[in-house]
Amino acid sequence: MKKGTIILLAVLGLFVLLLMNGCSSYNNMNEKRTVTEGAWAKVQSAYQRRLDLIPNLVATVKGAANFEQKTLTDVIEARAKASSIQVDPDKLTPENIKKFQGAQGELSQALGRLMVVSEQYPQLRATQNFSELQSQIEGTENRIKVERDNFNDAVTSYNTYIKKFPQILYSGLFGFDKKGFFEADAAAQKAPDVDKALNN
Amino acid sequence: MKHKLLLLLSLCVFAFNLFAKETPPAPNPPVFVNDYANALQPEEKAALEQKLFDYFKQTSTQIVIVIEQSLEGDDAFGYSQKLAQNWGIGEKDKKNGLLIYVALAERKMRIQVGYGLEGAMTDAISKRIIDGILKPNFKQQAYFNGLNEATDAITKTLAGEGFTNDRKGKSEGTPWGLIAVIVIVFLATIFRGGKGGRRGGGGGGIAEALLWGTLASGGFSGRGSSGSGGDSGFGGFGGGSFGGGGAGGDW
Repeated sequence: MKKGTIILLAVLGLFVLLLMNGCSSYNNMNEKRTVTEGAWAKVQSAYQRRLDLIPNLVATVKGAANFEQKTLTDVIEARAKASSIQVDPDKLTPENIKKFQGAQGELSQALGRLMVVSEQYPQLRATQNFSELQSQIEGTENRIKVERDNFNDAVTSYNTYIKKFPQILYSGLFGFDKKGFFEADAAAQKAPDVDKALNN
Repeated sequence: MKHKLLLLLSLCVFAFNLFAKETPPAPNPPVFVNDYANALQPEEKAALEQKLFDYFKQTSTQIVIVIEQSLEGDDAFGYSQKLAQNWGIGEKDKKNGLLIYVALAERKMRIQVGYGLEGAMTDAISKRIIDGILKPNFKQQAYFNGLNEATDAITKTLAGEGFTNDRKGKSEGTPWGLIAVIVIVFLATIFRGGKGGRRGGGGGGIAEALLWGTLASGGFSGRGSSGSGGDSGFGGFGGGSFGGGGAGGDW
């Protein structure tokens, strides 16, 4: 065989190898992306569950004699804002996730304040309705925690995979972009202003 | 240099302690009642185990009890969620697992509800069981009573009955179902005797199939007790998953 033919064959072989590799990389990337999108759907439904609980909570709290209005309006406004920000599974960019997390974080804080303020209304807390709502909200916060962790795991696995060799050669080409994930909550680090709430 | 290393090491240990307690490995052989703190008498443990095993055979739902001495600084929700998930309580596709977790030193408890049971076993009901049943019993250190009544309440809730109902007055007339089961069990025992009690895939007799069909209308799929005296074992947890449903409390 001529030298030229050998080189040609080698290049052709390499090309085929790369193509095959590209196919399997593509499939894997696709699969990992689907997993993150599924996890995102669960994150959103956990947050939605919380949004759905709030009107009920507000109604119950309103029933209590002269409940502090400011706290209540804060919750209602934060809820409206949070429900206006939804992120489609194919737009999970870091910026979008950050915006989503920001709005939901504000709602978490407003809800936290409401719970602290409610300590001053023993009659309200004694009602069956309120204590059940409280346990539902606790459960919802726990679900959010779990789904967020699952989502973060899925995104980390996806993000690492698309940046690895040889996927990195194809990921940009096929539009597999880095996805955002949940940072540790700024709200969680800032302790709620308990004293202020109690002194009001 | 040495000091820095030491500092780093102690920081690591500290961080480890601060964040997460390791969950114990899933029990082997698998059991439903895992009393690592010896809060229950042997016969109490056996009674609970039998009840939960029977319930599992009827419904394929796995209700697991874990009692530990301490959470070692971990939080009750995070730890029991991790435990339930790591053990994989419940079946993978049905996600029908439930964990009752108790930490004696911290006086904390959690009911952790698998995805598949969240519809029936809501957070509010879980909380009601914790506050209304577990708490008062645990305050008097009546661990068995609390767990016994709580598991009754849970199974009734899951059956869609609500846990204040009692079952009296339901069975009137001839209990044909019971008679049929007895006859089938009798026949099956005869058939099984000849085959050394093995229950492999596809080879069972009709009576045997009927028996298992009757007992396991919920899908007790091919992982029965092996050999003799195997009434207390089951095939293990099935990889069920948990999404954070349930409730917690302390006493």
